[in-house]
Amino acid sequence: MTPLTLTAVDPRTAPAKPKRTALVPTLVLILGSLYCLIPVIWVVIAASKGRGELFSTFTFAPGTGFLDNFKELSSYRNGIYWQWMANSLFYAGGGALLSAAVSAAAGYALGRFAFKGREFVFKLMLAGVLVPSIVLTVPQYLLLSKMGLADSYWSMLLPSILSPYGVYLVRIYAAASVPNELLEAARMDGASEWRIFSRIAVPMMMPGLITVFLFQFVGIWNNFLLPYVMLADDNKFPITLGLYTLLNQGASQPALYTLVIMGCFLAILPLIALFLVIQRFWSLDLLSGSVKA
Amino acid sequence: MTSTPLKGSDLTAGPLADGTATSVRPRRLPRRGRSAPYWFLVPAVLLFAAFTVVPIGYAVWLSLHKVQVKGIGLGKGARQQVWNGIGNYTAVFEDSEFGHSVLRAFGYGLIVIPTMLGLALVFALMLDTPQARSAKFARLAIFLPYAVPGIIAALMWGFLYLPTVSPFYYLLREFNLPQPDLFDGGNLYLSFANIAVWGGTGFNMIVIYTALRAIPQEIYEAAKIDGASDLKIALRIKIPIVLPSLVLTFFFSVIATLQVFTEPMALKPLTNGLSSSWSPLMAIYDAAFLRSDIYGASATAVVLALATFALSFTLLRISDRYTREDRA
Repeated sequence: MTPLTLTAVDPRTAPAKPKRTALVPTLVLILGSLYCLIPVIWVVIAASKGRGELFSTFTFAPGTGFLDNFKELSSYRNGIYWQWMANSLFYAGGGALLSAAVSAAAGYALGRFAFKGREFVFKLMLAGVLVPSIVLTVPQYLLLSKMGLADSYWSMLLPSILSPYGVYLVRIYAAASVPNELLEAARMDGASEWRIFSRIAVPMMMPGLITVFLFQFVGIWNNFLLPYVMLADDNKFPITLGLYTLLNQGASQPALYTLVIMGCFLAILPLIALFLVIQRFWSLDLLSGSVKA
Repeated sequence: MTSTPLKGSDLTAGPLADGTATSVRPRRLPRRGRSAPYWFLVPAVLLFAAFTVVPIGYAVWLSLHKVQVKGIGLGKGARQQVWNGIGNYTAVFEDSEFGHSVLRAFGYGLIVIPTMLGLALVFALMLDTPQARSAKFARLAIFLPYAVPGIIAALMWGFLYLPTVSPFYYLLREFNLPQPDLFDGGNLYLSFANIAVWGGTGFNMIVIYTALRAIPQEIYEAAKIDGASDLKIALRIKIPIVLPSLVLTFFFSVIATLQVFTEPMALKPLTNGLSSSWSPLMAIYDAAFLRSDIYGASATAVVLALATFALSFTLLRISDRYTREDRA
């Protein structure tokens, strides 16, 4: 230990730390950023182009039709675009909230209690991650349609609630951040298990729960297969499926391209904004427990 | 099963994982609270039963049945579900279209996975270089595509592939270079792969970068004193240490690849050269809803699930063996 502290203090023996910019890493990172930003920049610029401009002007030259495109998209079929947006918000927000609540209870139970069958339940749920989504989605659709629930808000919400990753993350988080001594003390004072959970454990697990909420929010917002299978009524579509059907109609009539592009731009805007604002709240070290759908 | 699929991530989870390791065994509860954990698990278990176990069971049941039509197939009771044994399964293996879709998914994975994870590793190592400028900005920019829904990413790239609107084609035209058709044959794989790489690199980069940050800085200083270059430190110290997270990201990438659906679905309207059963998931969807053969589709889905399980356990077995050798 001592030599290390010495080198840190004594400038003469400290290894020469080059202060100059490392050229290759900086260049690689800038190229990587460009690659990732180009489609986003393109969609911002293309959204500003009128119908004629989209095919005639240089792709990175801004156009003049931004407001017109916006108005046209907003009035397209009585503003169905904003209905899709609201639906997405409802599915993602509601689903993620419920998911965080269910994960909180289950993760707390798995992380802070020793009981029979604990590992079995945990491993079984985790194994659920490996099941291909379509293996679940098709029978889910068939079963829900037998109950008359297919093509309803429920058919989107219910299958999105349980998140094995969420349970896994909360389990780790509960075990690390909720001290047993505190729970024991509360039990000695006669607090009920529910009260201990809701008043002590949940507040302490909050950063973990926010992470679960955000992952699930992004996951549901980005999900395409589930609405594609479940929904037929386009008034209930989320934004992903709505834009997809819009492009499907537009493939034969390029006049709709400007609407689709404007739609893409507006659809990624809230998520990117949300993302930039809250990225400091994400426990990114928990990221490794979750994966993009 | 000695290890859970997410075991490797404990190594990347940093201090939290350490916490689990030491305090995961809580004391036994007094009798009064014994039933509490079960109550807390009720919502999760009910949802798991209703939306995972029952659907899987139903899919297996369907896969063993078929519809028998009596008479001309009209009226009540004319269509009956009857036992079909393994008939649907033999049909799956005789169906060359499904086999082709699996091969296509593997071909696509062979492009996507090495590129995506290679880029993610390189970016993570570059981010971890202390003298790199613009690291903070780059970390955000490269992770940004994670916030873009896959289908919208595919739509945006789809436009960028269209010669009439794409800036890349504009440049090719200006310099009189040949203009490839990105929707044609082999190029199609590259077009899909690019979308997946664009969307997935940032996420994997963050996973690897988080693992890199957990390495104590003293190791590097010691290596520097011994005269090791940055490159040597990266190859000899950093990469071996983040190997478990690389294995983890590889594992999930393989599973995701088998399930490719969004990219080909999104590009389908833009081209005629794409069959409706291009990937395994598309083939199953096609059978279930476009050909209304839910029995055959279920058998195909069960085969895909079993293949995924087999692949997963093989990968876990291999990675387990590696980590054990490391310890020895």
